Amino acid sequence: MSNAVTAVSASPATNDGKTVPARLVEAFVGRLVIIIPYLWLLFFFLVPFIIVFKISLSQTAIAMPPYTPVLDFRDGISGFFAGFGELNFDNYAWLTQDALYFNAYVSSVIIAGISTVLTLLVGYPIAYGMARAPASIRPTLLMLVILPFWTSFLIRVYAWIGILKPEGLLNQLLLSTGIISQPLIILNTYTAIFIGIVYSYLPFMVLPLYSALEKMDHSLIEAAKDLGCPPASAFWKITFPLSLPGVIAGCLLVFIPAVGEFVIPDLLGGSQTLMIGKTLWNEFFANRDWPVSSAVAVILLLLLIVPIMLFQRAQARAQEQDK
Amino acid sequence: MKSLGSIRRDFAPWNDPNAKPYIQFENVTKRFGDFTAVNNLSLTIFEREFFALLGASGCGKSTLLRMLAGFEEPTAGRILLDGQDLRGIPPYRRPVNMMFQSYALFPHMTVENNIAFGLKQDGMARPDIERRVGEMLKLVKLEQFAKRKPHQLSGGQRQRVALARSVAKRPKVLLLDEPLGALDKKLREETQFELMDLQQELGLTFVVVTHDQEEAMTMADRIAIMDKGEVMQVATPAEVYEAPGSRFVAGFVGNVNMFEGKVARGAAGAASIDAGNGITIRTENAGDAAAGATVAFAIRPEKIKVSSKKPADAVNAIEGEVYDIAYLGDMTVYHIKLDDGHVVRASAMNAARVTEDPLTWNDRAWVSFRPDAGVVLTR
Repeated sequence: MSNAVTAVSASPATNDGKTVPARLVEAFVGRLVIIIPYLWLLFFFLVPFIIVFKISLSQTAIAMPPYTPVLDFRDGISGFFAGFGELNFDNYAWLTQDALYFNAYVSSVIIAGISTVLTLLVGYPIAYGMARAPASIRPTLLMLVILPFWTSFLIRVYAWIGILKPEGLLNQLLLSTGIISQPLIILNTYTAIFIGIVYSYLPFMVLPLYSALEKMDHSLIEAAKDLGCPPASAFWKITFPLSLPGVIAGCLLVFIPAVGEFVIPDLLGGSQTLMIGKTLWNEFFANRDWPVSSAVAVILLLLLIVPIMLFQRAQARAQEQDK
Repeated sequence: MKSLGSIRRDFAPWNDPNAKPYIQFENVTKRFGDFTAVNNLSLTIFEREFFALLGASGCGKSTLLRMLAGFEEPTAGRILLDGQDLRGIPPYRRPVNMMFQSYALFPHMTVENNIAFGLKQDGMARPDIERRVGEMLKLVKLEQFAKRKPHQLSGGQRQRVALARSVAKRPKVLLLDEPLGALDKKLREETQFELMDLQQELGLTFVVVTHDQEEAMTMADRIAIMDKGEVMQVATPAEVYEAPGSRFVAGFVGNVNMFEGKVARGAAGAASIDAGNGITIRTENAGDAAAGATVAFAIRPEKIKVSSKKPADAVNAIEGEVYDIAYLGDMTVYHIKLDDGHVVRASAMNAARVTEDPLTWNDRAWVSFRPDAGVVLTR
């Protein structure tokens, strides 16, 4: 605001020829545009998070809602503040006492990490091929990558059950071609989770990689070859380092949601696999222990803040380089 | 020791029948689908020559360069470098280096590492690399910028890094694709002379692609003028300008006035050309133009004199009217409309600050030139 104010007070007829009211309106509209996303984040992220955090400090109760204290204004403002005294960190202490939670967190991070690497390995050649394709067919290829989003995520994951189950499409194909004699057990294993995550999150990997590779000047590769660098070596010395911002963005876009993934481990991983998203769901719906599941969610968020901040920094740096 | 200038003055292997060609294009054709970029082209370039490929965009000059670098293979014909057929040799095994039009500097590497890139590929020892990089930085006067990244440099500095990187490996041939295209006019002129000195100093063969005729004229020992995938003429800058081989070359390089007409032969190279409407041009440079043939008489603007009265001793003098005057400071360009409607361009150096015989718009004027001032073009 300070800029606008000094400009106005210095001279009513501002140097760009606009009248003072016009400039004020302009400044206001400019600020309004920024305010909208902040309001959005405030109401739909920060407020719900505060509620979840509050519940995580409460105690479970057989009631509706199933925790106590319920901070409301039924007993007036003093009643609202009286409830604060009952809040404590017991649920967080509980999380450290049962190894289940720790194991679930570790397992989730490992599964998400492996899945991210697999997605990168699958996504990089796709993005590279797209970026090297003739410019005329690139929009079509891009469209094909986004096409799965037209169907519900849930339905697509269900479809994988039909493919992966012992009498499913994959096994039928492999058995009928004689490649295997016993059906493969893939469904309800970690392998199925990896397949599900790689499949579901592939577009999030491919798109940032593609955008990094597509803007790369092909003459850089020619220059490397010209200076005596064979093609494979030119890839590792030029193409890959220059696509790193895309690699980082893609990996974090896959890793962050994959850690908390619930649908894929639930539908494809069966009961034997351990992931924090499923643990959270169980606490919430099976045990009806809202406070503990809220504590699980808060810890999960804290866990993900590090990669989210890394992502932000990588994005900022990439934007800086584009200038 | 001979000065660089005298080396350059005496350098003319193309006139020596025993000189060994260094780069040979033999009937090279390159097609992209239906488009013929280079059409059955043959060309010889000598060692240590500064050779320019000059032509409008799309004439095939860049394709020629890219074939030499190995990024494209000829559809037909062959390219020899120092007697070796280059077919099938990938770019990373060819003893040529290229300076790219976009410079193609590696954005994630420092200036130093950009220059060292090719040397590392060759497996050169570390201390040797460091020494060579130091030499190169000194050569292009960028010692203080060794640790900078390309995006922290100005356009001119980037151009010099690209140059240093491409000569660091001491290639047999340096290919330059529009090397000065991205620089502003003043910097471009300075850099032209720097490039010439560098070429002499390193003793390399330079092949430069350019669409800027001034650049080609300034720097090159010889120029190949290209059009539609074919070479129209290969000659020294002076020959290209003063003795163009065809109407195309005469029109492409510099400004020219052309008169079409029929030849009447005179004695030993002399001829008169009947250009119609009572204009007869007498010339001593008719070459082998056959009597009765339709030819073009081409004459450069600076070889035409403009005066308000008919010069008494002029062999060729035509009357007209001043149609346009462009005062450029160092010279003045006149457009004289002849009585038959033909517009002639003439330029006069402004040697004196004040002209005693100032011509102005719509004045009657005479254009005159000597019989050896123009050339007769049969093609």
